[in-house]
Amino acid sequence: MKLPVLIDKTVSNPIEQQASGGCSSGSCGSSQQAVNQLPADIQARVADHPCFSEQAHHFFARMHVAVAPACNIQCNYCNRKYDCSNESRPGVVSEVLSPDQAIQKVKAVAASIPQMTVLGIAGPGDPLANPERTFETFRRLSRETPDIKLCVSTNGLNLPDCVEELSQHNIEHVTITINCLDPEIGARIYPWIFWNHKRVRGVEAARILIEQQQKGLEMLVARGILVKVNSVMIPGINDQHLLEVSRVVKEKGAFLHNVMPIIAEPEHGTYFGLTGQREPTHQELQSLQDACAGDMNMMRHCRQCRADAVGLLGEDRGEEFTLEKIAAMDIDYDAAMEKRQQIQAQLLEQLHRQQAGGEVSLPDATLCSSEAQSRPVLMAVASKGGGLVNQHFGHATEFLIYEASPQGVRFVGHRSVDKPYCENSSSCGDGDSVLQTILSKLKDCEMLLCSKVGYEPWSALEDAGIQPDGSHALEPIEDAIQAVYQEMADKDLLSSESETQQQSA
Amino acid sequence: MAYEIVDSCVSCTACAMVCPNDAISEQDMQFVIDSTLCTECAGDFDDPQCASICPVEGAIVDELGYELNPLGSLTGIIPLSAA
Repeated sequence: MKLPVLIDKTVSNPIEQQASGGCSSGSCGSSQQAVNQLPADIQARVADHPCFSEQAHHFFARMHVAVAPACNIQCNYCNRKYDCSNESRPGVVSEVLSPDQAIQKVKAVAASIPQMTVLGIAGPGDPLANPERTFETFRRLSRETPDIKLCVSTNGLNLPDCVEELSQHNIEHVTITINCLDPEIGARIYPWIFWNHKRVRGVEAARILIEQQQKGLEMLVARGILVKVNSVMIPGINDQHLLEVSRVVKEKGAFLHNVMPIIAEPEHGTYFGLTGQREPTHQELQSLQDACAGDMNMMRHCRQCRADAVGLLGEDRGEEFTLEKIAAMDIDYDAAMEKRQQIQAQLLEQLHRQQAGGEVSLPDATLCSSEAQSRPVLMAVASKGGGLVNQHFGHATEFLIYEASPQGVRFVGHRSVDKPYCENSSSCGDGDSVLQTILSKLKDCEMLLCSKVGYEPWSALEDAGIQPDGSHALEPIEDAIQAVYQEMADKDLLSSESETQQQSA
Repeated sequence: MAYEIVDSCVSCTACAMVCPNDAISEQDMQFVIDSTLCTECAGDFDDPQCASICPVEGAIVDELGYELNPLGSLTGIIPLSAA
């Protein structure tokens, strides 16, 4: 049987096929389903935006400049006090830049990483709570680096006041973080806001914030600026409520919804981290994303990157562009622009080619009739990028999760581990604990596709009910998954009975 | 009559943006309030602006060292030692 690949062609078809690249596989921006469902004109606008398409993010890079340190609200999942360079989470940066320094950094990165197409201002505070610094940066970039797309993210409190100015800077995308529509729920997420020269607390604070967010969303849509909505999923607080959020923001014209899991580790010192708020499981996140997907284009590959990240999604080359290093660079931006144009045209072409080669035939009639009863199967994939099954199990720090079903193959998310099973040649298998962590992260997967896997982890994976498979090394991920699903069907492993067996095993 | 910023300041710049007297500036390691310019916002606003936007508990104190945003007042996090 042939399965359709249900990738998000949302953004632009070319982009998506590459399923894995810099970020190891698919996890930064949106899933392809999301992109595919967008109207053609929007697809064209976001085709080379790495955050909006799982495929594009393997070709194109983004950067954030941290020019906006101040914030006008407090979120219970945020703590501004720490910056550890190992930490990768929004709201964290190593150094705040002046607009001048930011322009210099953008030019340096654009010249060194020609596939960088998008510049975002995302903090570390709220960009629109720092309007002078944010808009000076945008004004100069619009003029001096006209080939770079600009975007901004905000909590929305100051958004209505900024829409006019935003619409003057050729800013195509604005991301608003909207965690709730109900002020009672909001009061459990936001302890205070700074509003009209006062610190406002509780339900009243949440009510004002929500009102401003919704008003800002409507105003942006009315001006034809694309709006993506980010929501942080906080189990027990807003998880069920986000269905309603998704429905309403879609109704108002947001083009993409990105539901992200809360990061609540005690060592980050956030309210939620210190009060034992739990993070959602992968399954809970996926279920919520699936439920929202009925109403809304969902994004599934967000990496929740730092406010000063540089590079492809999932990688951060910020260290190469510290103030000291960029000061020593002499950039001829006109020359860089020419080179960028050539390289980006090649990348787009590659993306298109991949897409064309990746056409997958629709299920045939027999599949629809007789095999449609087959149950869906989750499979984990180790990939270094390029849309291929091409990574050794022991080297993977991230696994891409795909669901195969009679309806097709779809990317459902990514799961990261802190350490690979083989940290270096001498420490392979050093820690059973590392292996245990990987097993627990992948426990709902039945198959693991990778280029190779050692004997010991092979046995451990099998014992955990995850069948390793190295026979599809270097094949395109979707093709490999289809082949494996077909093999499972041939072995009669896909009836509901076999699932029961597996679960009881 | 003037407030002071202590070393728990994270240099987020928020206070400097809202000060009606331009009394706050960035010095070597943290932000500093010029005591000759600070009026504690008397006559301008009901609440001192710096202390109304500062996200760090204890970072702004009055002349007696009293914290305008005491521990637990902004984050709701009360340390075990104080609980």
